[in-house]
Amino acid sequence: MANTQGTTGLLGWIDERFPLTKMMREHLTEYYAPKNFNFWYFFGSLALLVLVNQILTGIWLTMSYKPSAADAFGSVEYIMRDVDWGWLIRYMHSTGASAFFIVVYLHMFRALIYGSYKKPRELIWIFGVVIFLCLMAEAFMGYLLPWGQMSYWGAQVIINLFSAIPGIGPDLSVWIRGDYVVSDATLNRFFSLHVIAVPLVLVGLVVAHIIALHEVGSNNPDGVEIKKVKGPDGKPLDGIPFHPYYTVKDLVGVVVFLIFFSVVIFFMPEMGGYFLEHPNFDPADSMKTPAHIAPVWYFTPFYAMLRAVPSFAGTQIWGVIVMFAAILVLFFLPWLDRSPVKSIRYRGFLFKAGMVLFVVSFLILGYLGALPPDPLRTALAQTCTFIYFAFFAALPFLPMIEKTKPVPERVTEQ
Amino acid sequence: MKKMLIALALLALPGLTMASSGGSHLMTAPIDLHNKASLQKGAQLFVNYCMGCHSLEHQRYNRMARDIGLTDEQVKDNLIFTGAKVGDTMQNAMPKADAKKWFGVTPPDLTLIARSRGVNYLYTYLLTYYEDPSRPYGVNNAVFPNTGMPHVLWQLQGMQKPVYTVHKDAEGHENKTIEGFELVQPGSMSPPEYKEAITDLVNFLAYVGEPIQLERQQIGIWVVLFLVLAFVVFYLLKKEYWKDVH
Repeated sequence: MANTQGTTGLLGWIDERFPLTKMMREHLTEYYAPKNFNFWYFFGSLALLVLVNQILTGIWLTMSYKPSAADAFGSVEYIMRDVDWGWLIRYMHSTGASAFFIVVYLHMFRALIYGSYKKPRELIWIFGVVIFLCLMAEAFMGYLLPWGQMSYWGAQVIINLFSAIPGIGPDLSVWIRGDYVVSDATLNRFFSLHVIAVPLVLVGLVVAHIIALHEVGSNNPDGVEIKKVKGPDGKPLDGIPFHPYYTVKDLVGVVVFLIFFSVVIFFMPEMGGYFLEHPNFDPADSMKTPAHIAPVWYFTPFYAMLRAVPSFAGTQIWGVIVMFAAILVLFFLPWLDRSPVKSIRYRGFLFKAGMVLFVVSFLILGYLGALPPDPLRTALAQTCTFIYFAFFAALPFLPMIEKTKPVPERVTEQ
Repeated sequence: MKKMLIALALLALPGLTMASSGGSHLMTAPIDLHNKASLQKGAQLFVNYCMGCHSLEHQRYNRMARDIGLTDEQVKDNLIFTGAKVGDTMQNAMPKADAKKWFGVTPPDLTLIARSRGVNYLYTYLLTYYEDPSRPYGVNNAVFPNTGMPHVLWQLQGMQKPVYTVHKDAEGHENKTIEGFELVQPGSMSPPEYKEAITDLVNFLAYVGEPIQLERQQIGIWVVLFLVLAFVVFYLLKKEYWKDVH
């Protein structure tokens, strides 16, 4: 039987049995991406790179790590000192965790400003938000594994959030921990979830994210659908094959990223206490609560929202609700934003101003979440939490008063 | 607009690098990890004065020997008092359970103390013990008030007394803060000699915190140089491919 790809030899043999050439064409050599991608479009491929980095370094860390309360802390130091290149693998993994959130936050920001969540890309966006949720779970459980003071008390604080749920809360938190306090049982199950369960889901979601993207095609900084204007050969006039054009372009992005990544790994692996917190170099001690418990930087915006909400009607559940709502609201974004214009380039002043306010508030929340609270900071965190939600709340109403600019038919010149 | 957003994103980065270091009252430890003589003196001080109570349970003797410029023989003859083998980690002879009974807390392992507290903290801590008859060991500490550790180096430093400044707050309460110290009983070292000894000790602990750190930076220079070169190559490759995209 002849294959439809017109290949011969070994490749032809494979193509008769497996859609290798077909997939290469669909996803690389004949996947047409808009030619006007800018700086913000590097972060998708970089996120994939960091995911691979985390999985590979994670596999090697697992070879020497011991998931028990008695041995975990020591086994990390064993990796740092006695395992050949163990220090490098560990720093690649710990720096990779922070790098993952940096590239993912920038990737999400790109989707926000260019309206990449809008029809027909709602599912891409939703898969993305689930990936973000998985990533947070993955990072949270991974942070317990070194079994340092911040690992321990950070986990204690977050798991205790669940005990604020009325009725089932206390039992639920015991069920999560497998004990009355964070203990060996908690460490062991977090290890299992961190190395198997969540990564499996994560990889599956990333595949779904990319399949959905390649089904509808990429958005671009102009928010123009390139498939609407095709040449006589049926190819989008503003599209170029992903390979070789974007593979070589992304390689440049990869190298630039690796330069920053290496500078951190080799010269500042603790990143001033933000990537590896200083108290985490003390082994976990259930009898000694640290004076100030701060989550790692990538959780601080949400942690600041949690603390900003006062307890009310005898329960602290409201802060927990607000924190989770801050992520859940992202799922509804494709339907909250009703403007027919995708890209911020052609949207009105109000949207631009709102976006600036939103980003600034998020950054301020991140800053405040790392600091101990005081009345002024709490007031500021409340204001920023309000702005965060106000941004989403205003989106449905914005098109009624917003003056948008006309969107061009074709992508614009750079 | 786009530039503004990029600027905002970049503005956030320096915020991340701000160190969460301790208070500004800490002295700066003038350590130098390249100074092998200092590291050796620090190791000597550690095994003689600290190791009775504190272990370095993740640090191996022979790794230390290699890194600070000693032979295994020198370490065996001069720095191992516990009967340990040169490939062993630097444990001490005191059982942890007994230590807890005797001191109330087990004296902590110090392998990572320079990473958790910072070298400036350790330096200041070891320099600011002062006479305080109200405390069980007759001494107190300026950066770690009511510390549980006796001043084990007092024979070297001598004993110092704090010099206070007194200020009144709005409600008329008197607050005393330690301004400086005066030596009331000299030790076997002069104050500059003692400072140097503490610098050596802190230098050694900084090394023990992460033995690979100097090598890591050396490798890092080559890695970054390689990547910069790779950037040039890939950038030119991209330009070549993209010249027909209009």
